[in-house]
Amino acid sequence: MNPRLTRRRFIKGVIYSSAAAMSGAGLYLTNAQSQSSAAVGRLISINVNGRTRSVDVLPQETLAHTLRYKLNMTGTKLGCNRGECGACTVLIDDVTTYACSMLTHSVKTRTVTTVEGLRSPDGQLHPVQQAFLEELSPQCGFCTPGQVIATVALLKANPRPTREEARQALAGNLCRCGAYDHYLNGVMRASGQLS
Amino acid sequence: MTYMHIGKDFTPPDAEGKVTGAARYSEDFRRDGLVFARLLTSPVPSGMVRNIDATEALRMDGVLGILTADDLPETPRPGNPALSNELTYVGQPILAIAAISEQIAEDALGRIRLDIERRAFVVDPLDSLVEGGPNAYPEGNVMRRGESGMELAPLKWSRAAVENFRNGRDPQAEFTTEWSFGDLDAAFAECSVVIEEPFVSAGTPHHSLEPRTCMSYWENGRCYFHGSLQSQSAANAPLARMLGIELDDLCFINETTGGGFGSRIGPYPFMAISGYLSRNLNRPVQVRITREEEFFIGSARSGMQGWMKVGLKPDGKVAAVDLVIVNDGGSTGSGSGSSGAGAVTVIYQPNAMRFRGVSVFTNTTPRGAQRGPGQNEMHAITAPIMDKAANQLGMDRVAFRRANAPDSNSRIEANQTNMTSAFMREAIDMGAQMFDWEGKINQPRRNGSKVIGIGVGQGYHAAGNNGFDGIVRIGTDGRIYLHTGVGNLGTYSYAGTVRAAAEALQCRWENCEIVRGNSDLGLPHSSGQGGSNTMFTHTRTNWVAAMDAIAKMKEIAAAELGGTVDDYSIGEERVFKTATPAEGLTYAEAAQRAVALGGRYSGAEYPDDINELTALAVQKIAGTGLVGVAKDNLEKNGTAPGLAVAFAEIEMDLDTGKYEILDYVGIAECGTIVHPKGLSQGMNGGGVWGFGMAGHERHVYDPQNGLPANIGLYQSKPPTFLDVPLQMRTAAVNIPDPQSPVGARGIGEPAQGCAVAAVTSAIADALGGHLFNRVPVTPDMVIDYVAGNAYNNKSLKTNTF
Repeated sequence: MNPRLTRRRFIKGVIYSSAAAMSGAGLYLTNAQSQSSAAVGRLISINVNGRTRSVDVLPQETLAHTLRYKLNMTGTKLGCNRGECGACTVLIDDVTTYACSMLTHSVKTRTVTTVEGLRSPDGQLHPVQQAFLEELSPQCGFCTPGQVIATVALLKANPRPTREEARQALAGNLCRCGAYDHYLNGVMRASGQLS
Repeated sequence: MTYMHIGKDFTPPDAEGKVTGAARYSEDFRRDGLVFARLLTSPVPSGMVRNIDATEALRMDGVLGILTADDLPETPRPGNPALSNELTYVGQPILAIAAISEQIAEDALGRIRLDIERRAFVVDPLDSLVEGGPNAYPEGNVMRRGESGMELAPLKWSRAAVENFRNGRDPQAEFTTEWSFGDLDAAFAECSVVIEEPFVSAGTPHHSLEPRTCMSYWENGRCYFHGSLQSQSAANAPLARMLGIELDDLCFINETTGGGFGSRIGPYPFMAISGYLSRNLNRPVQVRITREEEFFIGSARSGMQGWMKVGLKPDGKVAAVDLVIVNDGGSTGSGSGSSGAGAVTVIYQPNAMRFRGVSVFTNTTPRGAQRGPGQNEMHAITAPIMDKAANQLGMDRVAFRRANAPDSNSRIEANQTNMTSAFMREAIDMGAQMFDWEGKINQPRRNGSKVIGIGVGQGYHAAGNNGFDGIVRIGTDGRIYLHTGVGNLGTYSYAGTVRAAAEALQCRWENCEIVRGNSDLGLPHSSGQGGSNTMFTHTRTNWVAAMDAIAKMKEIAAAELGGTVDDYSIGEERVFKTATPAEGLTYAEAAQRAVALGGRYSGAEYPDDINELTALAVQKIAGTGLVGVAKDNLEKNGTAPGLAVAFAEIEMDLDTGKYEILDYVGIAECGTIVHPKGLSQGMNGGGVWGFGMAGHERHVYDPQNGLPANIGLYQSKPPTFLDVPLQMRTAAVNIPDPQSPVGARGIGEPAQGCAVAAVTSAIADALGGHLFNRVPVTPDMVIDYVAGNAYNNKSLKTNTF
């Protein structure tokens, strides 16, 4: 079990996720400047990819919405907007999280890592990205950012996973093209188990 | 043959953007002043909108306008209109509201008042076919030829005919499509084994992971349209027609698409909404749909209800097949029964065959092409039925398939046409060896509640067309620009096919640049990216364009350096005298001369036989280098087939009804391998689709209210990492097709067909030959069978269960 995933944090996560689902955040809220009159935003700071970003956030706004439409980080994809597909997977304090099911207000004191934040400062691809490229893991690529993020989290927790451990870890990330075998090859390559 | 590029792995240029998140899908594009539209969809399966009261909605701050069916050109009934007052399925778009935010648009939808007259509805084709049954449309339930061409009309079977059909007998009723070849009665008379079976395959939603999105805006009378289609150039003409504009007044932009699987080959109806709204409002308009709406209007595979009679001669050859298919056509009436029957003619090569079919409208989602439509569900059904026949004859199932395998002399389909080439027997032999068929069928099968099943299946789809255009351009700096109208749907075929031009030009790959994704960049007329056709079709177009460029370079060199074109060769990005290689021009110098010469060399003139879109493309790039442009007039005689065979080993738990796929081998027979990793992706991805069809995916409707019961991903349900083998194995026969310059054919559809067939074959094998005659086979069906419960798999119920 991840030591950061305490019982308290898990319960809070469930509450936030439920709130996100029930608050109407399941709708696509795309224009920050023009929300319905009842919505009042609050300026908050969040740490995304090592940078503190100030952003005006609505009470019911999901992290996926903030990332995509306010911070212009479109690598985080919305495939279902209901916690089924995993295309919006990001890391929050190194734990994989569906950004469509997480309220932005709940990550104020935490660190968010998206697919855009994985390159090294000199522009080199992250080893997981490089491995996925070498294995030509993506097909249509829509699920790929989520697969990359899930793999980064896996390898932080388990640097040399078995193929079975890898597929269990990535099981929350759907690939409609069916590129699973190639993603697993990418995981094996990124962990130095495939040359 | 030794190639520079063909058969070699490479990294397609868009792949890096996919792993970094930089790849841009339609919804990632924004424009200043962008506004948004949302759809109001039908809450009922059948009805008529009598009145729309949008007064309150249009008074809301931020609401900009409304679009209804009355604002769009009339669509012939029964079509698949973008917006409609006639409602034929739950989720059908009725109107769109545009507003400055999606939230306001959504809020406004809640203030629309609709007056809907409800009609009777039907979700199971047989419930409509039976006398007295409801029709999906007031005029009828099928399309048939009338006085003014094809028209909606009622078709009814007697209760006895429907009852016969439900109980696994020939209904001996009326159909709308029939074909046959050979003497069926005589062929059955030769048979030592004859079996009859009923069958059902479920309809399945496409559920492409990217919810489809359109964004358009108008400038100076031109429409700039961002879409999410499988195809690029194939979209231009139909989209321009949809918007009522000239071909040159449309710029279609589609850099990356999040899956399509047949549902996005050409423009889909709701693309009209952003086009018309953006023109009406004179602002950029984006329309994207939710996951739920993707289920409703994102298209789906047609289901089948059928009956089959098969006869084998004593030597194991299939002598006769008699086939009946009732397709669930959904609200569009689209069925693929004849295509499925055609696949039987290819894989099993019967001497005589009869097909009778009808596609019945139901009040369920629109149906369209989905990865091997007709063929793949037919492969799923026929594999275990043929196994049963082979077993009755005492024949090994692989030996049976080998005995009936098509080859380059075989005849196929209803008209018994020929193929460009076929090597199915070689594929079977390769796969049986890789899989260790002999070893596996002789291993111990039972371990407690677990039982091993071994299966083999085959796939087929026509896989190549001709007559499209190619463009290559050599810049004055010597850089090679490979223009492609092939869409980026995730197969990397846009990149694989242009390597045929690079091969012909004998140039370095790193000196090439692929030009794609935006029709204003000058992209040639191309086929739609569907039906496995791209590899065959567009290696040819790229080849002929490159040949045109080479011919022009030789002409330029001969004019400048003397001699005739026959005295010249190419190599190392130079055109030179074959006898004295030092005398020549670099590609850059040849391109500079071409620009100076103008005319046909620079693209100022172009061939008469190219498509209008290609002509417009050449006009856009004329004068920027040496332009090679040509229509594919190469010989094509017969159907270019995509063929595949797969082997599966499953472990079924008789206590839970679940099974795990322990081993999977898929063999492609698609001519020369162009891009090994891309081919492997196609075979494995198709395999996963096959596993989904075999055991997971299906439509479920509430028969009381006509409501869909499983619209989400986890309900419908595409396979996850945990539903597929831990490792999949693929290979390819790699024998060139003689009618492709590089020997390539396609494989996208058969990759699924062979997989689903191998798994249904393995399921039957695990259960001692028991046939469910249905896909998907779900754990409850297995448990019922094992427990001896009377699971009524002969009721032929579909959609409702």
